[in-house]
Amino acid sequence: MPEDRLPALEVRKLGRVPYEKALDLQAELVSRRRNREIPDQLLLLEHPHVITRGTSSLESNLLLSEEELASRGIQLFEAGRGGDVTYHGPGQLVGYPVLSLAPDRKDLHRYLRDLEEVLILTLQAFGIQAAREEGLTGVWVPEGKLGAIGVRVSSGWITSHGFSLNVDTDLEFFSTTIVPCGIQGRPVASMTGVLGRPIRVGEVFDPLLIAFESVFSRSVCVV
Amino acid sequence: MARIEVPMPQMGESIAEGTVSKWLKQVGDQVQRDEAILEISTDKVDAEIPSPSEGVLVEVLVQEGETVEVGTTVAYIDPEASPGDAASPPAQTQLEEPAPEAVPALEAAPALEAAPAPEVSSQPQPAQPAEAGPVGAEDPSGAGELDSEEAGTERERLRARSTPVVRKIAEEHGIDLSMVPGTGHLGRVTKGDIMSFIESEEATVPTPEAAPVTSPSVAAPPSTQPFAPPVTPAVAPSQAPSDLWKTFYSQVQHPEFPIREADRVEAMDKIRRLTAEHMVLAKRVSPHVHSFIEIDFTQIDNMRRVNKAKWAEQGAKVSFTAFVVWAVSRVLREFPVLNGTISGNNLIFRGNVNIGVAVDLDPGLIVPVIHDADELSLVGIGKRIIDLADRARSRRLNPEEIQGATFSITNPGVLGTMAGMPIIPKGTNGILGTGAIEKRVVVVEDPDTGTDLMAIRKRSIFTLGYDHRMVDGADAARFLARLKELMEGFPEDA
Repeated sequence: MPEDRLPALEVRKLGRVPYEKALDLQAELVSRRRNREIPDQLLLLEHPHVITRGTSSLESNLLLSEEELASRGIQLFEAGRGGDVTYHGPGQLVGYPVLSLAPDRKDLHRYLRDLEEVLILTLQAFGIQAAREEGLTGVWVPEGKLGAIGVRVSSGWITSHGFSLNVDTDLEFFSTTIVPCGIQGRPVASMTGVLGRPIRVGEVFDPLLIAFESVFSRSVCVV
Repeated sequence: MARIEVPMPQMGESIAEGTVSKWLKQVGDQVQRDEAILEISTDKVDAEIPSPSEGVLVEVLVQEGETVEVGTTVAYIDPEASPGDAASPPAQTQLEEPAPEAVPALEAAPALEAAPAPEVSSQPQPAQPAEAGPVGAEDPSGAGELDSEEAGTERERLRARSTPVVRKIAEEHGIDLSMVPGTGHLGRVTKGDIMSFIESEEATVPTPEAAPVTSPSVAAPPSTQPFAPPVTPAVAPSQAPSDLWKTFYSQVQHPEFPIREADRVEAMDKIRRLTAEHMVLAKRVSPHVHSFIEIDFTQIDNMRRVNKAKWAEQGAKVSFTAFVVWAVSRVLREFPVLNGTISGNNLIFRGNVNIGVAVDLDPGLIVPVIHDADELSLVGIGKRIIDLADRARSRRLNPEEIQGATFSITNPGVLGTMAGMPIIPKGTNGILGTGAIEKRVVVVEDPDTGTDLMAIRKRSIFTLGYDHRMVDGADAARFLARLKELMEGFPEDA
């Protein structure tokens, strides 16, 4: 199929966005995507320190009270996505694809595996061999979990939420505040940690978009 | 009336079921075609399920937290009903308050739960004004200890602990957060909760006030929650008896109790919620009978000691439970009646022997399933148990690994308990509880002389819990006798 016939994917690089603002933006985009006012979207951004809880969050996986978190400058949100508790913060690349999975990709598991594939291919570009682990959605390296996934599919098979990739995340925030994704005894890793040299979030955009383009057969256009 | 089914949709090739995580619409709500009416969750995904048609949500069949197979009807939409209509025949009666957020039909169910509680009806209490909001549990002891102020404060404290956004919205709209039903953690009010609360405030005429307990001659049943109609004969005729039984056997509501000053309150996590529901339903449906037998483990104990090194070389650890699973799976093949269930008017005899083995997560419990255990060797079962238990504890089980059990084994003995009387999981006929293996002095016969001797043997008390609808006492006795025989003469080549 010629390049220009692929469905478009508009990519928005948003910089650092408060969590709440990103929620509102996603809600708006989901509704507009459902009404076919816009093509598929991919939001790329970072969040200030936040902890978000998914539908299957267990209370015990949050190690600090909301007050203690607040005193450390960390906000707490109910995210309205699948999965357990996670942390977002500076140095972590967050991607929120707002895609219409209809008509040909209406399969939740396939969508999760596709997002993993995007992250695995992205990491390959940096020489990092990441992999899936059975039963543990996300992307893993021997040092721990590099990429986390938690999604929501709204009426009409429109996706929101998505993935986070620890590029240069201060992992201290993970270990002292939550049990990431509710998985005990499995550490979180960062690309910087794995490669032993600092990686900036901006360096990851291009490999990620190339991977996204090929996994989802979309024609990327950065707006 | 033409009602349209809302089925649990197919959300992916490898997805056989979904857990209803939240109803976005309530019974009586008007919905548009393709408007989201509920949310389901599977691993890492929350998905909205749209309405197949415009109409009114008239009946909800699956409660939040319940998991159902793809294709199961979860609700009915009536395209011709007007907003506020509930399921037909209507569950409403003149005794019920005209709640604008119509009471889902299932909430009439406590009528049945309360019925067999003679001590309640024999001690009619004066009607007490129930508390506003979804509160108002009564003290089941009837001692009248309900301290509404106390309970209210606690709840307020819980509810008010919401995020700054929610508090800000509440402030702007002059809303007391303690009045908003919270669906977040520990009953926290989420942004969604408060937005829908505001919407419903704007949209409805009278807000749901306290449900008056109308008839002083009928004590409010302790198990009802406040929006449920009081139990009176007048309620019964308005709802088809078959519907009542259906809800009785499929739905659970836990009564609420007053919270006191020094108490700690936690929201149930998913495992606890599902467990609580399952236990109530399992006990409600199956008439439980328990039979006991004492099993001599001396020979098995020796076998374990002799073979431990050899098994370790094969990377296996063969626990006592593995021996039990091996023997039970073989005996179940001989006693299909214990490997089945009653289903409607039929008896199902399962073609596979899938044994659920309870694993203590402390807190919580999960029951991974050893599928086709009767085809596995003893060492194979040993390995499988270790693998499943490890992954259960690290929450890494696949959904199919906790489904499909045809018989269960639980081991209270591991913590020293002498014997237990376990609950039979829904949809199965039996569960075996294994007590502590202890050295006991027993009387044995000298094989040569025939004289009685006292001997020290390792023994354990096994309990078989069985569904007496399908399994007769003699079946159970024969099963246990055969199990004992097999365990005490355990084959070397197992």
